[in-house]
Amino acid sequence: MIDRGELNNMGYGEDPECTGGAIIALAGNPNTGKSTIFNALTGLNQHTGNWPGKTVLKAQGTYVFHGKKYVVVDLPGTYSLLATSAEEQVARDFLCREQFQATVVVTDATCLERNLNLVLQVIEITSRVIVCVNLIDEARRKKIFIDLEGLSAELGVPVVATAARRGAGLEELKVKIEDITFKQIITNPRRLVYDPDIEEAVALIEQNLPGPVKKRFNPRWFALRLVENNQSFLKDAAWPAWARFCLP
Amino acid sequence: MVKEMLLSELSVGQCGRVVCLRTNGMIRRRLLELGLVPETKIKTIRHSPLGDPVLFQFRGTLIALRREEARQILVSPQSL
Repeated sequence: MIDRGELNNMGYGEDPECTGGAIIALAGNPNTGKSTIFNALTGLNQHTGNWPGKTVLKAQGTYVFHGKKYVVVDLPGTYSLLATSAEEQVARDFLCREQFQATVVVTDATCLERNLNLVLQVIEITSRVIVCVNLIDEARRKKIFIDLEGLSAELGVPVVATAARRGAGLEELKVKIEDITFKQIITNPRRLVYDPDIEEAVALIEQNLPGPVKKRFNPRWFALRLVENNQSFLKDAAWPAWARFCLP
Repeated sequence: MVKEMLLSELSVGQCGRVVCLRTNGMIRRRLLELGLVPETKIKTIRHSPLGDPVLFQFRGTLIALRREEARQILVSPQSL
């Protein structure tokens, strides 16, 4: 496992301008082509394959675009960030600690609907998200046409169509990553609104979260995990020592 | 008004529409994440030799559920 400390030691610090590179996370459902995108971006030859659990650990590589360095972290494929499998925990732990400058959620254009659940979960954690609609060529062949602008407007984050195996759309993806990472483009992700009693509880918890928690986590996301009593998250052994005192 | 029944009671080849999930916690979450939300069309494809798990088709894919899980999903059967 690569945590923030290790990344820092390797020279990948907080500020993308002055250190080793901006950290870009690649998330997505299994079998949507994350590793293909990863290889296309980094020029590496990370193993790609069509079976579950292929990327349980995070792979990472780098690329340079317009003179700036990016470190790409290929997260394991998951349908969710809230359940309990090892893959989901790796992806969730990485994303919830906001140790990256941008996240690309790779989706499968041939079954986009199924993929949007994870997209919604990711934009609940972070607003620095780009949705990559991959396998767009295969979708076209199946007579599926995606309204990219409509999707972007609904989600409130940039959407890019790619066919990573043929290299199509990757330039645009790099430009969008650059926009979010270095140009401070503000996204406006659609926020899920829960039932009034839940929203009330979340607001109350959010206000009363200890400072260090607010600093390290997205407070609303953290409060929601407390409300749902998500044991797999709350009992996470990787928690720093200070956090144990802050939890109920 | 069509009678509601359990997903596990659909016969092979029969379609239904999800009415609600009668379960909580992680199983409910997982089923919802797989796309089994109310109004989803679902079809029983085949039973395992020992009757468990059962293969279903919904939202363009095939997924096997334990009989125990299928018993917690209420559907309204659809005529073809």
